[in-house]
Order: sequence, then C-alpha cells, then structure tokens
Amino acid sequence: MKRFALATKAIDVVAEKRRLDDSRAGACVLFEGWVRNHNEGRPVIRLDYQAYAPLAESEGEAIMAEAMARFELRAALAVHRTGSLAIGDLAVWIGVSADHRNAAFEACRWIIDEIKLRVPIWKNEHYADGESGWLHPDNTPVETSS
Amino acid sequence: MNYQLLYFASLADRAGCAGESVQSDATGLSALYEELRVRHGFAMEPARLRVAVNGQIVDWSHALADGDEVVFLPPVSGG
Repeated sequence: MKRFALATKAIDVVAEKRRLDDSRAGACVLFEGWVRNHNEGRPVIRLDYQAYAPLAESEGEAIMAEAMARFELRAALAVHRTGSLAIGDLAVWIGVSADHRNAAFEACRWIIDEIKLRVPIWKNEHYADGESGWLHPDNTPVETSS
Repeated sequence: MNYQLLYFASLADRAGCAGESVQSDATGLSALYEELRVRHGFAMEPARLRVAVNGQIVDWSHALADGDEVVFLPPVSGG
C-alpha cells in the first residue's frame, strides 16, 4: 500500500484521514505543516516547493515503512505539496493511527523530522522585498554566491 | 561518456536549467562534480551534497556508467 505521496494540488485531508480508520486503533495524531508569513525575521509572501519526484516518492515510502516497523501503528500516511503555495496553505499532512497515544504522537513527530531531513524536496521562499531564496533544513538560507 | 544531469534548487538556479546532457571523461562522481563546478560556478562544497544515480542515493565512490542519470542533491528543505 502506498503511504507517501506528492501532491500538485490541495491535499484532501478528509479523504486522507479516512484511510487511517481501523477499529483496533484508539489514537489518531495528525500533523499539518502550513506556509507561514515570516522566516528568520523576514516577511514571506509565498513559497515554491520543488521535488525530485521519483526519489522523493521512494525515500518517502522508505520512511513510512520504517515508521511502521519502529512504532506500534495501525496506519501511517504522509502527503507533501509541490508547486506554488500561498500563506496559510497546507504544505505537508501526516496522519497516524495506533492502539495507544504514545506510539501515535512519537511516530508522527518522527515522520515529519525524517521527511525534513531526507526527502528531496526544496523550499524557495519569496520575500516581501522581492527577493527569493532556497533554504536549508533548519530554514537558514543557502549561500549561493561564489 | 554521456550523462544525464538533473538540477534542483540552488544548483538549478546557478546552472540556469533543470537538466542537461553532458559529455565527460569523468568516471567518478567527484570528478564529474568538479567539471560541473567549473562550467556553472557551483559554490556548494561536495561535502554538503548527496548524490543520486538512476534514482537511487549512492556513495560518492559509486562508479558511473555511460547513460547514467546523475543528480547532485543540495541540502533538502521540505516540510
């Protein structure tokens, strides 16, 4: 079963959440990553996400399979947007269901951290002053001058 | 040898394209990246890049074959 997806359009969170249903599960934790209007003290007007899609999908699937093996889960899903996003848009959605809440909280946190570290997706922030820049995983700017 | 290069994020901006076909005598990734640095002026040090060949993450010691798709991956920033 496919657990990780890239989406070029708005994520259908209702449909995604339904895929977590399991009558054995007593806990569901959802994470939504939103586009915020500032970073490192600079006003941000929009973002572009670029992905190396084939590797992003295989790396994303590997993370989800590792999460299923590492935590006591019933289901785990993640969807990441690509393309141009506005302030407040949903950029990444993660959902897990588990028999108990500890595994659900821990797995959800672990999955977003691994996605940010490993999946080949890049964020380009467009600033209010007209500049733009690619970011590192810790949201600091990439130094592109030689 | 002929390689299919794909560029993302800051490397795509610097190269001015999303990809290109490159003729090179380089058989290793380090030598190929050095050639591309000269051609495009990439500022990023190899130590900060990961490399994918034909859609798989590989070690910098990976031996290249004619026709390989090669992607030097800048530090990612999804999420």
